[in-house]
Amino acid sequence: MISRREIQETNRMIAEMNLDVRTITMGISLFDCIDSDITVLCDNIYQKITTLAKDLVKIGDEIAKEYGIPVVNKRISVTPIGLIGASACKTEDDFVKIAKALDRAAKTVGINFIGGYSALVAKGMTKAEEMLLKSIPEALCVTDVVCSSVNVGSTKTGINMDAVRLMGHVIKETAERTKDNDSIGCAKLVVFCNAPDDNPFMAGAFHGVTEADSIINVGVSGPGVVKKALEQARGKDFEFLCETIKKTAFKITRVGQLVAKRASERLNVPFGIVDLSLAPTPAVGDSVAEILQEIGLEYPGAPGTTAALALLNDQVKKGGIMASSYVGGLSGAFIPVSEDRGMIEAVQKGCLTLEKLEAMTCVCSVGLDMIAIPGKTSADTISGIIADEMAIGMINQKTTAVRLIPVIGKDVGDNAEFGGLLGYAPIMPVNPYSCSSFVNRAGRIPAPVHSFKN
Amino acid sequence: MKRAIITVVGKDTVGIIAKVCTYLSEANVNVLDISQTIVSGYFNMMMVVDVSGSTRDFGTLADELTAVGEGIGVVIHIQSEDIFDMMHRI
Repeated sequence: MISRREIQETNRMIAEMNLDVRTITMGISLFDCIDSDITVLCDNIYQKITTLAKDLVKIGDEIAKEYGIPVVNKRISVTPIGLIGASACKTEDDFVKIAKALDRAAKTVGINFIGGYSALVAKGMTKAEEMLLKSIPEALCVTDVVCSSVNVGSTKTGINMDAVRLMGHVIKETAERTKDNDSIGCAKLVVFCNAPDDNPFMAGAFHGVTEADSIINVGVSGPGVVKKALEQARGKDFEFLCETIKKTAFKITRVGQLVAKRASERLNVPFGIVDLSLAPTPAVGDSVAEILQEIGLEYPGAPGTTAALALLNDQVKKGGIMASSYVGGLSGAFIPVSEDRGMIEAVQKGCLTLEKLEAMTCVCSVGLDMIAIPGKTSADTISGIIADEMAIGMINQKTTAVRLIPVIGKDVGDNAEFGGLLGYAPIMPVNPYSCSSFVNRAGRIPAPVHSFKN
Repeated sequence: MKRAIITVVGKDTVGIIAKVCTYLSEANVNVLDISQTIVSGYFNMMMVVDVSGSTRDFGTLADELTAVGEGIGVVIHIQSEDIFDMMHRI
């Protein structure tokens, strides 16, 4: 029988420490929608999404009520549109038509984001994929809830520098097109190395080509719970610290597993994975930075930050892996700047720099995330930052990503306001020296030696 | 049997248990266990109930219990027992 103490512990996590299920994401394959006629293709996509996901929001809300835990977001990821549109799309505008169909379908079923306006170009680009990349600024500008991601490298293939170079321009143009709203379009655009096929988190979610027809993936979150638990570990040794994180991660992940199983049963869609991420929000007490402070840093960015984050990330995985039958996605601590009150403060204090954030991405999930940089930053410099981050992912056989926002019309000292879960961010300085001759070389960086394991 | 946990927290007053149990009886929800404490004038109750014979669906039970709580000035939650089992039992 469950004890009073256990009931209270669970309910305190939910009520006081922001424990929630961050997202139930339904992955939907669009391969059977393919047609050479763009109008037919768009209709097929709209029909499939609105049929399969018609009860997603209702069932998500029902589960939330039954367990008394918030299910914050209900979302959909689809097969990369670079593949789905290859036969029908003759121009960039044709791709934008698909983006609009996705947007309409998402709004009909009532979800808040749909991911998969994506291309997998780690080694090379087809003509269609190149058109998709070039259409991203327009697609993100004329839609509200469509998210885009581009995988430009992997440990197995190396880095497609032609795509990296192009993405510098795509990000810059997306920023220009949405400059009236602090270039917020870039918040819906991620560049990946080693992108996972089953990530439920936006903006980088897409339904990979290795996946079944449809699937339920769940992302849990609870940085506030870990932070609170670590208050008991003040002054204690590393063993106690690590055990506390592991136990807490286990409990958080169990909730994700339960919600994922129930959602899967009720929607009659197979359960895919639970993503064990610590995803912060701008809310008080929902911050990964505060965990790092509780571990012993004055602010994130101080010496010791990379080690503390490595420890945190590893213990979260160790605790979470046993709690779920299938773990996947990005799984680890997220360190977005604008979405984490503690990170924002560390930047404002001058403690956290872009270079330190880059070092931190070597040991945690994802990468340079939701970082506002000066609007005058050149496309080549953005490509250089992307290339660095992709190299970290390629060499370390991990997922890395870049979601930078060059805020047009703003510079170091200003703030960008994105609103809601996306938060706000001080503009961070970028190294002013040029990398143009490097990023303008054509071709790709070869796969690293440790990729040859055959 | 489908078990759920009801928690009631708030300032102590006359008839909290009576009102909650009257509602549960109307909804054909069977009470399996009750434990209750009062600390510094604050009432804290947990009930284990069986909702398998309930005349309401779970969402309606949750909404109506919230309304009953508002009438007495306490906060009432009902949650399926699974969430506690999953979190605290391997």
